Amino acid sequence: MSQYPEAQELLIAPGRAEKNYWKDLLRYRELFYILSWRDIKVRYKQTVVGAAWSVIRPVLTTLILTVVFVLAGAQYKGRAPYALMVFAGMLPWQFFSNALSDGGNALVGNANLISKVYFPRIIIPASSVITSLIDFAISFVLLAVMMIIFRFVPDIKIFLLPIFILLVILLALGTSLYIASLNVKFRDFKFIVPFIVQFGLYLSPVGISSSRIPEKWRLLYSLNPMVGIIDGFRWCLLGDAMYWPGFMASLAGVAFFLWLGIWYFRKTEKSFADNI
Amino acid sequence: MKTPIIHVENLSKRFVIDHEGEAKYSTFRDSIVGRAKKLFSFPSGKRATGPSASKEEFWALKDIAFDVQQGDRVGIVGRNGAGKSTLLKILSRITEPTSGEIRLRGKVASLLEVGTGFHPELTGRENIYLNGAILGMNRIEIKKKFDEIVEFSGVERFLDTPVKRYSSGMHVRLAFAVAAHLEPEILIVDEVLAVGDMEFQKKCLGKMEDISSKDGRTVLFVSHNLQAISTLTNKIILLNSGRKAFDGSTADGIQKYLEHVSSRDLIFTQQASDTRPRVTRVEVKTTDINNVQVFGEPFRIDFEVNAPEGIPSAVFSFQILNGAQIKVQHVLVKDSETPLCRTPGTHRFSCYFPRLRLFPDKYTLMIHLSDHISRNKFETIEGVCPFEVQIRGEVREYYWKTNEAVYVDETEWIINN
Repeated sequence: MSQYPEAQELLIAPGRAEKNYWKDLLRYRELFYILSWRDIKVRYKQTVVGAAWSVIRPVLTTLILTVVFVLAGAQYKGRAPYALMVFAGMLPWQFFSNALSDGGNALVGNANLISKVYFPRIIIPASSVITSLIDFAISFVLLAVMMIIFRFVPDIKIFLLPIFILLVILLALGTSLYIASLNVKFRDFKFIVPFIVQFGLYLSPVGISSSRIPEKWRLLYSLNPMVGIIDGFRWCLLGDAMYWPGFMASLAGVAFFLWLGIWYFRKTEKSFADNI
Repeated sequence: MKTPIIHVENLSKRFVIDHEGEAKYSTFRDSIVGRAKKLFSFPSGKRATGPSASKEEFWALKDIAFDVQQGDRVGIVGRNGAGKSTLLKILSRITEPTSGEIRLRGKVASLLEVGTGFHPELTGRENIYLNGAILGMNRIEIKKKFDEIVEFSGVERFLDTPVKRYSSGMHVRLAFAVAAHLEPEILIVDEVLAVGDMEFQKKCLGKMEDISSKDGRTVLFVSHNLQAISTLTNKIILLNSGRKAFDGSTADGIQKYLEHVSSRDLIFTQQASDTRPRVTRVEVKTTDINNVQVFGEPFRIDFEVNAPEGIPSAVFSFQILNGAQIKVQHVLVKDSETPLCRTPGTHRFSCYFPRLRLFPDKYTLMIHLSDHISRNKFETIEGVCPFEVQIRGEVREYYWKTNEAVYVDETEWIINN
């Protein structure tokens, strides 16, 4: 008989971490909040304009993309102005790329925590992704401002937007988990991520409307999950036409990346402290 | 027989060391190239370049078993690389064992480093909450103890200053204060007392004694500081190359440890830390091999100190202890006389004895590294670099015996009659 009836016994043995995992995640939720809070708090420390950076970046990128693509003769048949179309695509893209850049480096950046304290490691990249939501929210305010300036009134579909927001969060989480755990072992990903982000901007329909893609390539193109998400944003916000087969492909892509991220993360997590 | 609060059975941990290349990180390329090689090479029986040839298994811990009863204060000692830190990491669930099992019957808090997760940009107040959460306290607990923590740390005035502006002493004090107010049933502590000034070290030791003796909590404590081990613990587990070499009372354990340390390790080395200054290497240059020194001949000790941020006013000293553990020499050098380690990085210096006149005996070194201005004591290393002094070529009618003296000065006889 144990003499500590109230204290539960903890067994440490190979492969044992699995069993307590999701229970521990619940127990450590406080740490999750506080790490997110820390990341938000220090994000713009020692910068002059501070949080304004989260306004300046998307605005400038939108401006540049609009000018470049309009000059290049890109067409858009929706009822919104071109700049607004670009910005609606920029919203999820900016969030995804920020979340991926931060989340992908989160484990390595918190190496001291990983090698010194126990907690479910998934907290670190997850809180990083959550932190990027702040900038995302600020961008929405910006969107509202732009809609007022352009005198654009969205229709009722705007209430479906949360679905697509959830999708982009899940996609960012999945890819961040995957990249973050690869990064622990292969530091190459520190260099690969900026590439993904840079090329991804052009591989995804941020600067153009995906209706410009030839019909026969469209399904293939939609295998990039960001395509379906960006289209979804424009569908809800601007009333653009939605290409549903492509959306299903993108949905499958999101599910795949989420599964890949969680699976690979859980598989390699045990050796993080040894490899980092 | 009481149920032990910690029960460890057949615990082993294996690391695979990669001998290929010097790169510390495996790169993606290696992995791709490795896979490509596997694809294109014939699976012949003997291959010198196979993964088995370039990788070596290393057992950091092998078949460790012990029990700890509630309220025990256990010191874990052993030379560098004996597996102490690995054991603590497994106990604190940072890494998984390769085989074996541990049963813990209580809430564990581990303190493997002071101020884990402190963020330099955040204020002292914010870091108390952050660090507390990292160590497993919830917000209500921290709030309740906040004033106590602040008082213990003595940094009230700087509570709203970012900790990057703190001195290293303040940093440590605040961090220890948070940790000291954890209320786990089992507390695991790794060498955190090696930092901070003397007064604060005393305070920490006192606090740890309170935790274990008054509150009846179990403490596992790793240290090289035998003074701390002897005052804090009532049991010792001695590790040697990943195996348990001794498990018993502190008094016996310290004896065993001393025998053990002085039996091997002619050169002392330890890894540099990226947060605090450390003595990374000590070697005695004796006249003969195996650290045997001939009396009256030149003798030199080479030191290597790594200071990640430089030390503005380092004080470095060493004592020579004879076989009876009596300190027979104390040699000190101050930065004000000889610049030692003002710049960040690794610094090497040597102490030269033109004619070593220690009496024939076995000796070890005790090394101290501190900073004069901040009064921070960075490190005390005991019982390293054992060497033996012998007298040769001097014919006497009786043998030189240990214990006749500790030191023989250079003398001259003047006969005046």
